[in-house]
Amino acid sequence: MTSGTPVNCSIIVESRTSVVGDVCNEILAKLEGTGFAKDDIFAVHLALEEALANAIKHGNKLDPSKKVTIDCSVDSERIEISMTDEGCGFDPDAVPDPRLGKNLYRPEGRGLFLMKSYMDVVKYNERGNGVRMVRYRERPNSEQTEREDAQG
Amino acid sequence: MVELKPRVSVQYVDKATVVTLTDEKILEDMDVQALKGSIDSVVEQAERVNLVLDFRNVRFLSSSVLGLLIRVSRKIAERKGSLRLCGIHPKIYEIFKITRLTKVFDIYEDVGSATKNLSEPG
Repeated sequence: MTSGTPVNCSIIVESRTSVVGDVCNEILAKLEGTGFAKDDIFAVHLALEEALANAIKHGNKLDPSKKVTIDCSVDSERIEISMTDEGCGFDPDAVPDPRLGKNLYRPEGRGLFLMKSYMDVVKYNERGNGVRMVRYRERPNSEQTEREDAQG
Repeated sequence: MVELKPRVSVQYVDKATVVTLTDEKILEDMDVQALKGSIDSVVEQAERVNLVLDFRNVRFLSSSVLGLLIRVSRKIAERKGSLRLCGIHPKIYEIFKITRLTKVFDIYEDVGSATKNLSEPG
């Protein structure tokens, strides 16, 4: 199966939560145009929404002078989204599991968990201000996913 | 039926106050804040309320809505009321299931089943 010519885009936005909808619409339109299923589009929409909201609110702390850069590549087999904010970053491993104990009753802390649940690869850079997410049209075996992880 | 702009419609069914979310997508902070304001005003109308939140129109939401529901649940519990959710689309239900919020909320198929066997509100 060939991957076809990838559709790429790069978007830079100000740190306003009102931009989230426009960014999602632009990227999801590319997915629809490439023939991805509704389940894939729902999953990417959810992960993209959560990642961008995190970058704007927690990364850039709604500072209008700081930007979020989103790079997206879609082909017939997968979508890859990379997103970088201008904040200090965070340690994703330090975010508690929202399903456990008292966390279940906390109003916040589910965004990262949903990103990991709905994407096949979610990998943060060392500083913790950039994330790379991949979703495959057909979920790969674990070996391939590990290879993707190693590539960072 | 009372219309509260812009996010919900409110009906009184038997012993329950049924709030139907009218938006298909609840995403941005402004949407969530507007929804919070609408639900809070319903909860605060009576000392104790049996609130049913009807999600039949909702096809997409973000984690901030889940947070809002936790806050609403706390507020109602403090006032000795009850909260039930219903009409949740399968894809949205999957989000509740993945996050284990199906253990936190009482979820019913539809308004009919959600409004049964409720005690008298205060």
